[in-house]
Amino acid sequence: MTAKYCDIFWSFLKVGAFTIGGGYAMIPLMQRELVERHKWMGEEEFMDEVALSQAMPGVFAVNMAAMTGYRLRGVWGAAAAIVGNVLVPIVFILLLAMFFRTFRENAVVERIFLGLRPAVVALIAVPVFTMARSAKVTWSNVWIPVASALLIWLLGVSPIIIVLAAALGGYLYSLLKPHNS
Amino acid sequence: MIFLQLFYTFLIIGAFTFGGGYSMIALIQGEVVGHWGWMTAEEFTDLLAVSQMTPGPVGINTATYAGYTAVVNAGYPQWAGVCGSLLASFAVIIIPVALVMLVGGWLLKHKDEPRMAVVMKVIRLAVVGLVAAAALGLMGVESFGVAGLNKRFVVSVLIFAAAFVALWRYKVSPIYIILASGIAGLVAFSV
Repeated sequence: MTAKYCDIFWSFLKVGAFTIGGGYAMIPLMQRELVERHKWMGEEEFMDEVALSQAMPGVFAVNMAAMTGYRLRGVWGAAAAIVGNVLVPIVFILLLAMFFRTFRENAVVERIFLGLRPAVVALIAVPVFTMARSAKVTWSNVWIPVASALLIWLLGVSPIIIVLAAALGGYLYSLLKPHNS
Repeated sequence: MIFLQLFYTFLIIGAFTFGGGYSMIALIQGEVVGHWGWMTAEEFTDLLAVSQMTPGPVGINTATYAGYTAVVNAGYPQWAGVCGSLLASFAVIIIPVALVMLVGGWLLKHKDEPRMAVVMKVIRLAVVGLVAAAALGLMGVESFGVAGLNKRFVVSVLIFAAAFVALWRYKVSPIYIILASGIAGLVAFSV
């Protein structure tokens, strides 16, 4: 049974429209749609897709959509999944961006955002610690994140350069290290 | 001209984002605020608040908002801003999507290869630093006001501390944190 384009589109539209808080928050809903409801893949295949989408560069949710759509119906399947996934969020953000430019000077909006800004800093600061845990930061490798942060923050080095350097450094290190582990 | 720069910038951002939305935030901050100056630090913080409150992937939300604001800030009309936002969102996903389709199957087979695992581990460590730098970069006057015993700064520090504890210790959903801090700001700065 081949999946219909409109089913692919609709599934990812729901996933994109009903999750707040980013790509990883979409995993449970994706699992329900792709594995349980449409049976497009097994549980294990789904977990493999999740792992791979995380390892690839880019936006996690869009990678998931591309991979699933492509495996189901080729390039157009991928297109249907991606457009479905991002359609509602993009419209939402555009409306907000326009609203924002009009009401930015409004005293009430301004006060609300004065309160939001320090909270946003916390929302970005906390993931540093949770990501440090999942990246398995130890005393012997903590210099990598610290040096990266300081180079960007104090010296204004572009994060892109840091990612490139990390990839290159990791590759060189993997050549030196014997593969016993 | 700005459209070309926008396309190219978000193409690179998409290709170099590893480890999800937060690392993309770090890259967008570096390029859009730091390098090009398309947005002020203040606008960038507001964008982060907005993109956490609306549905969808944070990476897409950030790219859409940044594309729109960059074009409109450069003096173009709103419809051009809409084009800019679509262009930025398209640019940010196109390289990863092409990679997923071209090498996804192959990668799925080789993902546990030791050399690849080492490279991914080092990138992931660096990404922690990227996000840390983004957080440090946000800790400025635009978020907290001028440091000292003034109302803006004290209220801001209190909100920051409360949000941090709520998220870190009690795993409160970001959307509630955003809502509560907005209300706190409205109340505190209205009296």
